[in-house]
Amino acid sequence: MKFAIVRFPGSNCDEDALLAVTEGIGQEAVYCWHKDHDLQDADVVILPGGFSYGDYLRAGAIARFSPIMQEVIAHANRGGAVLGICNGFQIACEAGLLPGALLRNASLRFVSEPVNIRVESIATQFTCNYHIGQTLQVPIAHGDGRFTADADTLERLEGEGHVLFRYVTANGHVTDRANPNGSARNIAGIVNAAGNVLGMMPHPERALDAKLGSTDGLPLFTSILESFMAGAKS
Amino acid sequence: MTRFRIALHIVPRRGILDPQGKAVSDALHSLGFPGVQDVRVGRFLTIDTTAESAEAARQSARVMCEKLLANPVTEDFEIASVEVS
Amino acid sequence: MSTVNSHKVKPRAGDPAITPALVAEHGITPFEYERLLAMMGREPTFTELGVVSALWSEHCSYKHSRPLLQGLPTKAPWVLQGPGENAGVISVGDGLAVAFKIESHNHPSAVEPYQGAATGVGGILRDVFTMGARPIALLNSLRFGPLSNARVRWLFAGCVKGIGDYGNCMGVPTVGGEVVFDPSYEGNPLVNAMCVGVMREEELIRAVASGVGNPIMAVGARTGRDGIHGASFASEDLTAESEAKRPMVLDGAPFTEKLLLEASLELIRSGHIVAIQDMGAAGLTSSSAEMAERGDVGVTIDVTRVPVREQGMTPYEILLSESQERMLVVAIKGHEDEVTKILAKWDLEAAVIGEVIADPVYRVTEGETIVAEFPGSRLVTECPRYTIEARESAALIAARAQNPHDVTPKPEERDHAWTLERLLASPTIASKAWVWRQYDSTVRTSTLVGPGSDAAVVRLRGTDKAIALCIDGNGRHVALDPRNGGRAAVCEAARNVACSGARPKAITNNLNFGNPKKPEVYFQLREAVAGIGEACTILETPVTGGNVSLYNENPLGAIHPTPTIGMVGLVESLAHVTPSAFQHAGETIVLLGEPTDELGASEYLLTVHGKTIGAPPVCDANKERALIEALLESIASGHVRSAHDCSDGGLAVALAECGIVNKAHQYGFTVDLSQWSSLSPRALLFGEAHGRVVISTSSAADVMTVARKHGVPAFEIGVVTNAADGAAFTLAHDSFRAPIDWLSRAFHEAIPVAMDGETPAEHAIAASHAPISD
Repeated sequence: MKFAIVRFPGSNCDEDALLAVTEGIGQEAVYCWHKDHDLQDADVVILPGGFSYGDYLRAGAIARFSPIMQEVIAHANRGGAVLGICNGFQIACEAGLLPGALLRNASLRFVSEPVNIRVESIATQFTCNYHIGQTLQVPIAHGDGRFTADADTLERLEGEGHVLFRYVTANGHVTDRANPNGSARNIAGIVNAAGNVLGMMPHPERALDAKLGSTDGLPLFTSILESFMAGAKS
Repeated sequence: MTRFRIALHIVPRRGILDPQGKAVSDALHSLGFPGVQDVRVGRFLTIDTTAESAEAARQSARVMCEKLLANPVTEDFEIASVEVS
Repeated sequence: MSTVNSHKVKPRAGDPAITPALVAEHGITPFEYERLLAMMGREPTFTELGVVSALWSEHCSYKHSRPLLQGLPTKAPWVLQGPGENAGVISVGDGLAVAFKIESHNHPSAVEPYQGAATGVGGILRDVFTMGARPIALLNSLRFGPLSNARVRWLFAGCVKGIGDYGNCMGVPTVGGEVVFDPSYEGNPLVNAMCVGVMREEELIRAVASGVGNPIMAVGARTGRDGIHGASFASEDLTAESEAKRPMVLDGAPFTEKLLLEASLELIRSGHIVAIQDMGAAGLTSSSAEMAERGDVGVTIDVTRVPVREQGMTPYEILLSESQERMLVVAIKGHEDEVTKILAKWDLEAAVIGEVIADPVYRVTEGETIVAEFPGSRLVTECPRYTIEARESAALIAARAQNPHDVTPKPEERDHAWTLERLLASPTIASKAWVWRQYDSTVRTSTLVGPGSDAAVVRLRGTDKAIALCIDGNGRHVALDPRNGGRAAVCEAARNVACSGARPKAITNNLNFGNPKKPEVYFQLREAVAGIGEACTILETPVTGGNVSLYNENPLGAIHPTPTIGMVGLVESLAHVTPSAFQHAGETIVLLGEPTDELGASEYLLTVHGKTIGAPPVCDANKERALIEALLESIASGHVRSAHDCSDGGLAVALAECGIVNKAHQYGFTVDLSQWSSLSPRALLFGEAHGRVVISTSSAADVMTVARKHGVPAFEIGVVTNAADGAAFTLAHDSFRAPIDWLSRAFHEAIPVAMDGETPAEHAIAASHAPISD
């Protein structure tokens, strides 16, 4: 299968995302430039982390209007898979692909450290290779990661199982101290109603190698791969 | 066409936690302003543009805010002034 | 032959007249002015005065330090580029080259910490990518006054945020560094930033202008009025008036620099250019003059063609502007459009502003009118060099002569656990996690060992190798014995990379000193540089470049002389990467090297008694070399589980750090130091004797054999235990124990409590670095 990694001016985690695909799961990956109108027939689009447009105005606010985003939105509307990581999550929310918004961390500081997140749903093409309630160790590195949405949206996300990952302690408990940025309900990652667009603040592409501390990001990519293969057969 | 200068305020919605506002409020308290109840920290933009009329300029500004300048989930906007420049 | 055509260069209408007062304002001494007149054969124009003021400032010319630096060892078979270029470069095998350099931004950070530190990071990044290397790591060395001081906390927080915001936005991981707090830096904080980049050897490009007729192009951001005379500002003492020089501190735009980085690397690989240099201190002036001097060619620049963002800028302003995020390029004639296209892809501008000429002059015009012209390359080389009378300060001689053992211990010190806990809580020793959690250390998925360890380790993709990086310095040791201290700084840095499993290969250094016109400071500079040279020669770690920052003093006095050493080491195989913390209970603790009775210049004396006195521990570079060989051999044989060197706080602190630094996996230990019965307990526990490493191993006998072979003293001193068993020390005449969680709280909470007034939030995992899997 083929992955498109979108590059905006200021994207930093594009190379890490490419390597996650080519080395992590041995699939084809190409870069798509923000000015292009062509996703090169990719099956999955990754919006990588970084500081697109310097996070000017609001993180992701300007990137969402790039020419390539029209193609990404069309791809998502057709049911194509989109994975938004960190700045990618911010862009997806600004573009309306996902509900809510990401605000400045409650501590007002950039936070870079490994955190624990709990898998809340395995009923998606992104998480089917995890176990329900599995605790993962994945790095975060962001200054604007506080997930916010109005009460109705939060209820809907919870009620319909669209919360995919939640910040927890090493023992899997949802506590304030386990929440690195003040996100509502410790939400670290969500999926849209159709189940094809995932947004998450932690970096699974940085958790694919034991030498770097964790391989807990790998099942996310293998889930995407296996779901795609299963879909291709049917 | 006339040249206008539009001044806009973008502020965090009421109900959204504004940690920056809280930090500023705490700092003001420790500086000796115990009466300070609440602080909101937002953005102030000035836009120099041409339009047919002040009303048209105001309307453009509204659309700019709705589309780009303010995030409807978390921010409110206010057009502070529209002046011929 | 110089061909300065006096009649063509007239004073510019509207420019001020050249008076002695104006010359003095430009930081040019009467002696230097005479030299200038002789070189020009006439009075300089105002524009020329500005150019000379910048190029002959200490920051750009190194006029007080160059004679001293000439003796440093700079060559080795693996050095591809030594001092003289924008960054040094070494070969690491597999066709790869590593470019690296350290630079200071001390004066700007003292008045505007956020932007001062941020633009320091911006500048050092440009120095590295202008060589053709992609930056893969950043480190920084910060020094402030005591943390109890509110202004210090403001400076500290601002610098850390500035460094973080800039480096994080650039997508380059900040992987290591040091932070030191000492009263001597209270008026003069030090901010030294180091950058390391990687490229294929053939991608190395030098900033050497060449090819008559080749166009000179300005690329990147537009030029404004920022920072004019920033180089001169860095070349004078800080005073009360310095605050008013706040406009002298520039605003950095890391997003623009990220675009510039990508565009520059593309440009360098494109084949359309012959040379590139970043515009840093003294902007367009220094970059063009230096490129011309290296190439031994002439250049002509028309300031009206430089893209500007302010109206009515004079040639003086355009030449001296330090607007950030700009590069100077010498393109191949006919390829200007290709260059512009590459810059345009990244939404940046490019403009032809001049060309390389045969006439060996440095010429600046405003349209058709010549406003400045200097004879050939002499502009840079004609700058006077100074050698000052050197004399050691009587006060420091006296301080060194004081006997630390005469300092009466406090009653609390009867329990050494109290002293140990106080040292772990001292901000210089305590955990710096508060700092580096604000730095993205994992972007680029190559950080094998991140902040909080002896050295950072970053892998080189496509190979089985990695590079180990650290910055080290010790102002107290250099103040009390500059030559020994200079040696010790290099040796400590080498030990740190060796503890990570890397062979030390080369250094970059930042010399942070006071006013060099004072004989006492000049003495420190001369001796410290000599010490650095001695150690680098013996350890075979040549100096590939660096930075000199002088005039770090204020009306209250000068800083401790503080050379900081940026060390690059090579890990030959990923299997050699070694953590610094204990990994398993039950393993044996071996001490390589030997404790001595030397208590002088220790963090113990400063923290517990407020004193900086006594002869610093002697550093023997030959012994260090043997230690490093023994350590690397044991690591390569797989016999070392963890290795941590002894520095601030001595052996007791080093042992405690091994147990507590990794919050998620803490250990206790039991050690018997009773064999050193002739040493005073204070010196044994907290003295900072050099050449010592604490190792944990399950093959102690093998480690001891290798150590003996290299002539390195080695001692089995104890065993790693569970955290619940605490830290237990047996000495000749007493013993003491401390709970691990008590020591851990002191170490991990000191800085967060000082800065935020509360203990750090316990996120699910607060490991200081990812444990290396077996």
